[in-house]
Amino acid sequence: MRRLCTVLLLGTAMVICSLLESGCAGPVGRVRPWERAALADDVMNPDGDPLGAALSEHVYFSRTAASGGRGVGGSGCGCN
Amino acid sequence: MVTPTSTSLGFLAAAAFALVLISTPGAAQLAPGKPFPALAAEGLNGQVPELAGKVVVVDFWASWCAPCRSSFPAYSRIQRDFAGDGLVVVGVGVDETPQAFAVFVARLNPGFVTVHDSKHALVALVQVPTMPTSYVVDRTGKVRFVHAGFHGVDTERELRREIQALLAEGGSPK
Repeated sequence: MRRLCTVLLLGTAMVICSLLESGCAGPVGRVRPWERAALADDVMNPDGDPLGAALSEHVYFSRTAASGGRGVGGSGCGCN
Repeated sequence: MVTPTSTSLGFLAAAAFALVLISTPGAAQLAPGKPFPALAAEGLNGQVPELAGKVVVVDFWASWCAPCRSSFPAYSRIQRDFAGDGLVVVGVGVDETPQAFAVFVARLNPGFVTVHDSKHALVALVQVPTMPTSYVVDRTGKVRFVHAGFHGVDTERELRREIQALLAEGGSPK
């Protein structure tokens, strides 16, 4: 009985680990092509407002005296 | 007493089970050669025309899909040019709300039939690989060609060539 419990426990652990490793990318967790309405919305685009992003970035590095770290070049020396 | 052998067997059994569980595919995508599901039987909102004996293009679209928008004029032209030869284009909208579906149809005013798969019954059955996807179905109801995505004039040219070939296969338009 104890052996059976051990085997079952190990089996359960293996299944959980395998599911985690696969990123739950199975049939249940995947967003289907016809279910992407929310993902296709403009608000989901990080570059949807380039002017606003540039202004925000300018304010950020002017205030903190540091540039870079948001995908732009720079060493953060404050020489801007 | 747990022996090394029983532990190993447990690991092997569990690994095999996990592999089967993960690799179990969902519903298969509809491929050429397979019969297309009966549109009238899938609970679509809208009037499905008579399709028996016709060459049918079934296009899955959504209002949030930019290529779908650009495909509508092409499908309207195709419907207009081949309607007399026995072609029917059916646009199946998969929007989640009837409002989104209706607004899109009203704005683009397509020259072909549009129906709404509000419950995603048909699209889930067909398992479209991407949006939009169109299926070219011959007069016997069998899928002959699948177009994943819409690539402008290239897709329209291919569709026209395929439709002409299927229309030439015989059978009088009903």
